[in-house]
Amino acid sequence: MPKDATSSFGEKYLGGSGGLAPQSVGAKGVETTFIAKHPSVLIFLACLAVFTIGVTILAEGFGIGVISTSFVKTLGKTLCLCLVALAMDLVWGYCGILSLGHMAFFGIGGYAIGMWLMYARTELIVLSSLANAPLPPTPDEITNGIATQIFGVVGASEFPPIWAFAHSLSLQLAAVVIVPGLLALVFGWLAFRSRVTGVYLSILTQAMTLALALYLFQNDSGLRGNNGLSGLQNLPGLDDVPQSAVSLWFFWASALALGAGYLVCTWVVSGKFGSVIRAIRDDEARVRFLGYSVETYKLFIFTLTAILAAIAGALYYPQAGIINPAEIAPIASIYLAVWVAIGGRGRLYGAVIGAAFVSLLSTWFTGGQAPDINIAGVTIQWVDWWTVLLGLSFVFVTLFAPKGIGGLFDLIPRRKGETS
Amino acid sequence: MSALLEVSGVSKSFDGFKAINNLNFSIGEAELRAVIGPNGAGKTTFMDIVTGKTRPDEGRVIWGEKSRSLLKMSESRIAQEGIGRKFQRPTIFEDQSVADNLMLALRKDRNPLKVLFFTPSEADHNRVATLAGDVGLADSLDRKAGELSHGQKQWLEIGMLLAQEPKLLLVDEPAAGMTPAEREHTTDLLVEAAKTRAVVVVEHDMEFVRRLNCRVTVLHEGSVLAEGSIDHVTSDEKVIEVYLGR
Repeated sequence: MPKDATSSFGEKYLGGSGGLAPQSVGAKGVETTFIAKHPSVLIFLACLAVFTIGVTILAEGFGIGVISTSFVKTLGKTLCLCLVALAMDLVWGYCGILSLGHMAFFGIGGYAIGMWLMYARTELIVLSSLANAPLPPTPDEITNGIATQIFGVVGASEFPPIWAFAHSLSLQLAAVVIVPGLLALVFGWLAFRSRVTGVYLSILTQAMTLALALYLFQNDSGLRGNNGLSGLQNLPGLDDVPQSAVSLWFFWASALALGAGYLVCTWVVSGKFGSVIRAIRDDEARVRFLGYSVETYKLFIFTLTAILAAIAGALYYPQAGIINPAEIAPIASIYLAVWVAIGGRGRLYGAVIGAAFVSLLSTWFTGGQAPDINIAGVTIQWVDWWTVLLGLSFVFVTLFAPKGIGGLFDLIPRRKGETS
Repeated sequence: MSALLEVSGVSKSFDGFKAINNLNFSIGEAELRAVIGPNGAGKTTFMDIVTGKTRPDEGRVIWGEKSRSLLKMSESRIAQEGIGRKFQRPTIFEDQSVADNLMLALRKDRNPLKVLFFTPSEADHNRVATLAGDVGLADSLDRKAGELSHGQKQWLEIGMLLAQEPKLLLVDEPAAGMTPAEREHTTDLLVEAAKTRAVVVVEHDMEFVRRLNCRVTVLHEGSVLAEGSIDHVTSDEKVIEVYLGR
C-alpha cells in the first residue's frame, strides 16, 4: 500500500508541475515530491554547485589561477567542517542531544584514512629504496622498513595491532565508517539506556573526547602519539600529480559529500522520523508515552551523525595534511557547537552557514591578515582576541538571536505555496 | 465483566512517605471511571505506576486478556500495549503543526526504521482530518500547535490519545483551566471515548465528575477510601470527612 500512495503522490505532483516526464512516475516522482516539499534543498544544492564550479574555474589546478592551491584546500576543509556541522545540527538542533564530543568521531575518521595514506606512501618509499639492494627484499624486510619509517619518531619499529588493516584502502575506508559508528553505538547505548540527558550527557561526551585525545597523546597508543599522522596530502603513487590538482579532487569530493550529506539529513529530518526526533527534543517523556522507544531513536541519530562526522574527517585531514591528538581536544567539539549555534540550529542550512562563516572568519583572524586595532593605548591583536570575539558573539547569539544567522532567512517573505 | 486492568496490593513510598498504600483498583473494557481525592492522595503516582514511569515497591499490575504484568515493561512498551495518558498540563509538541502532532500519535509501527521510511497514505491523512474534526480542530490542521488556545491544546492532546487507539485512557484533570463551554465539550469527548474503551479520569472538580455520571473511586492516603456512584460516595461519611468536609 505505501508504494501506491507514493506513486499517487508523485503523479499528483508531476501533474501539477506541468508534465515532467510522465513515464518515470516511480522513483523520479518520489524525488521530485521530496524536492518540492523542501525547496531549500534545491537552492542549497544549486549554491553548492555554483560555488564548486566557480572555485574550479578560479583555481590554479585547471582554471585561471586566481585562487591559490592553499586557499582551495582551506575551502575544501571548510566544506568538510560544514558537513560535520550538519551532523551536529542533526543531533543537537533536531534531536536535542548536545553532544560535545562529535569532533572525536571526526578525528577517528581522519586517523582511519590517514593510516592507509601513510602506510601506502611509506611502502612505496621503502620499496624504491630497497630496489637497489642486491637481493630482492623479503616481505618481512619491507614491513619492518615501513614500520621503522613510520614509528621511528616514537622509538618503535614494529606495527601495533591497530595497523593490521592499514595496507588495504578498502578496509581502512570501511574503518572510517565502522569504528566511529561502533564507538557511538556503544557509548550512546550506555548513556541513553541510563537516561543520561542534558548537561550530564554533554559532560560525558566531553569526557569521551578528552579520554580519546589523552590516549592518543601517548607514544604507545600505536598512532604516533603527539606527532600524529603526517604527509597525508600526498596520495600514494600519485607523486606526479601536482597538489593544485589533488587539492581540487578533494575539494570536489568534499562538495559532493556535503551535498549528499545535506540530502540525507533533509530526508531524515523531514517526514515522520523528523517529527519524532523534534518531539524528543521538546519533550522526551511525552514521546515515550506515545509508544516510541526514545532511546532507540536517540541512538540511531547519535550513531548516524557520528558516521557523518567521521566521513567529514576522512575528507578533511588529507587536505590538512596532518592529524594529531590535539585535533580531538574537547575544545574542538565546543567550537563545533558554537558554529551551529551562530549559524542557527534546527535548520540545516543554518549549520552550514555557521560553520563556513565562522571557520573562514577564524582563518582570516588567526592567519594574521586582520589589521590590529588600537583602542586607547591597547593594541588588539586579532590572533589572540579572536577567541574573545567568538565567545562574545556566541553569548550574543544565544541571548538575543537564538535563531542565529539562519534566522535572517525568516525575514524573507515566502512565496505562495512554499511549505518549508 | 472481565477486568482490563487490575491493580492489586500495590504500595510505593518515596523517602518513607507512603504515596500508595496497598492500593486495589480494577476497570473493565468499556468503562468510564472517575478517580478523585485530595492533594497527595496518590492519584498521580497511581498513573505513574500504571504507565511505567514509577516502579512500585510491591504489588501486581495485570493487563489485558492475557493477564500480563506491566511492571517489567518500559513506558513505550506499555503505551504500545494500549495505555494512553493525558497529562494535567497540556503536553503537545508546540513547534509542530496540529496535523503533525496527530500523525505522530496515529497508531502505527513505532520501529525507527519503519518510521524513517514511512509515507502517510491517503487513509492516514483522512484519519488525521477526522480526528481533528472530532476534537473541534478541523480548521486548525496546519496551524502550529503552540498557537492554539489552552482549551484547544487540551483537545489536541485528547485527539492524540484517541489517535493512539488505546484500550485504556488515563486522563489527568482534563478540565483544569477550561471555560464552562470547553468543559462541556471535554465531557462529551470523554463520555464518547468511554463507549469503546476504558477511560480513567483523575479529577479535582466535583461538578465535572458529577457531569461525567460514572462510577467514582475515592483515593485517600494512597488507598481506596470508597467506590460507587457519585451520590453514593458523596454521602459516605468517611469521604465527607477527608475530602468534602474541608
